[in-house]
Amino acid sequence: MRICVDAEKCEGHNRCFALAPELFEVDDLGLAKALNDGRVPPGLEDKADLAIANCPEFAIRIVEED
Amino acid sequence: MTERDPRDMRPREGCPVQDWATDFDVMDPDYIKDPAPVWRDLRERCPIAHTTRWGGAWLPTTYADVRDMARAAPTLSNRSPGVIPPAPELREMLIAEVKEFGSELPPISSDAPEHKPFKQLILPLFSPHAVERYRPFTEQLANDLIDRFIATGKADAAVDYAQQIPPRVIAHIIGIDPARADEFVEWVRGVLEEGQTNPEARMANRRHIRDFFQAMIDERRDGLRDDAISALMTAEVEGKRLSDYTIVGVCYLLLVAGIDTTWSSIGAALWHFGMTESDRKRMYAEPDLYPTAIEELLRFYSPVVMARRVLEPVAFGAAEMAPGEKVIMNFPAANRDPAVFEQPDEVVLDRTHNRHIAFGVGIHRCAGSNLARMEMDVALRVWFQRIGDFAVSDPDAVRWAGGQVRGPRIVPMRVTAA
Ligand code: HEM
Ligand code: SF4
Repeated sequence: MRICVDAEKCEGHNRCFALAPELFEVDDLGLAKALNDGRVPPGLEDKADLAIANCPEFAIRIVEED
Repeated sequence: MTERDPRDMRPREGCPVQDWATDFDVMDPDYIKDPAPVWRDLRERCPIAHTTRWGGAWLPTTYADVRDMARAAPTLSNRSPGVIPPAPELREMLIAEVKEFGSELPPISSDAPEHKPFKQLILPLFSPHAVERYRPFTEQLANDLIDRFIATGKADAAVDYAQQIPPRVIAHIIGIDPARADEFVEWVRGVLEEGQTNPEARMANRRHIRDFFQAMIDERRDGLRDDAISALMTAEVEGKRLSDYTIVGVCYLLLVAGIDTTWSSIGAALWHFGMTESDRKRMYAEPDLYPTAIEELLRFYSPVVMARRVLEPVAFGAAEMAPGEKVIMNFPAANRDPAVFEQPDEVVLDRTHNRHIAFGVGIHRCAGSNLARMEMDVALRVWFQRIGDFAVSDPDAVRWAGGQVRGPRIVPMRVTAA
């Protein structure tokens, strides 16, 4: 599974980071980036789904399903 | 319905709401206690309600409308985000100050393009990594507060705990002398609590706080320290240092935005657990629940509404808004919209689909959400660690406050040490 954060949509709520710190990094202004080029380590797919379903700006999407 | 002068801002005590669609009252005691039934009713028959009370306002109740309105900046302007209009004498003073010095409380009271640089100025102070620095202080504080009451077997979870945490944490971050923290907390409460209905108290306490910050700036002219006020003194916005008025305004905003909001969330969470045995037991048994439980409690008990001012004619659904009118950004109602949330009126501690907007949405989204979350996390974890069992001892004595910020202000609890 591979995910990405759309920088245009991200407003920096940091919900992704709060719920799945293994998968995201956020900068000083709160803008998020998917770690590891968005590749989700096996076993963390549920956390990726959780982050996606909690982002109020709809900024995280799946770019590659497994 | 009788016509009412829109400038008449006196509370209409003893004057019941006739129809929530055309006469809603955000200060109605039953609405403050539980607004959800009103929102359910309005969503079905009039999703954007209107009132002439409190200076007049529109009230959206669906997630889609609230989101669209948050994105409609600056047609819907942030220049006066207060839900209850300030008393006339304060209003005139504010207008005069804004003319002389610029936006009073940037970034919350500013629109684009002024908004962004101010927001970027404060965001680094409250990034997820920055706020972790304050976790040990917050844990110590929470433990000290519990030490004060645990042996007595009872506590007011709002007064003795929830309300003590945010003002002391923010005072610590700004750089306030701990010896003066109590005094400072009194002024803040004077503005936020008593000040809501008593304009003299509000102005007097506002003056104390502003003078206090000004004195802190003066003290630091010869030597900066490792605190937020020093950081603001060296910061630049568009190549220029900030004026003292602006630095004081930013610090003041951190107080009014970060204190009763967060204590309401902590208080509501404890009230919930104190009333709901099944959820209380789950928290003791399943510590992995904290992250989703906190988001769920933020959704369900969303404490904050903000206002917008209409600058140009604009329509949302059937609501035709005219310049000068006020719109209440009803984030709490959006968070109960059945079109977006399954079982919206139930607390589901492990809810996975939760795009709640308790912290707003769009460019004005809360700058302090990471701090608020850290404080909630610490306040709840320490409470559950130190207290073996607890329950609201007298539900009838519980009191809720509302208006701009909704949360319990009196929550008597029975507590047993762990
Ligand atoms: C649970 C606690 C909190 C809640 C529910 C909350 C909620 C909100 C909401 C809904 C807004 C959006 C306003 C709008 O759209 O006009 C906002 C803005 C803001 N909040 Fe919070 N807040 C909380 C805690 C804090 C804390 C702890 C701080 C800082 C110390 C803070 C600082 C701010 C600031 C500076 C803004 C203005 C951002 C802007 O206009 O761009 N808040 N908050
Ligand atoms: S939750 Fe969404 S908006 Fe917030 S930081 Fe993550 S990607 Fe950005």
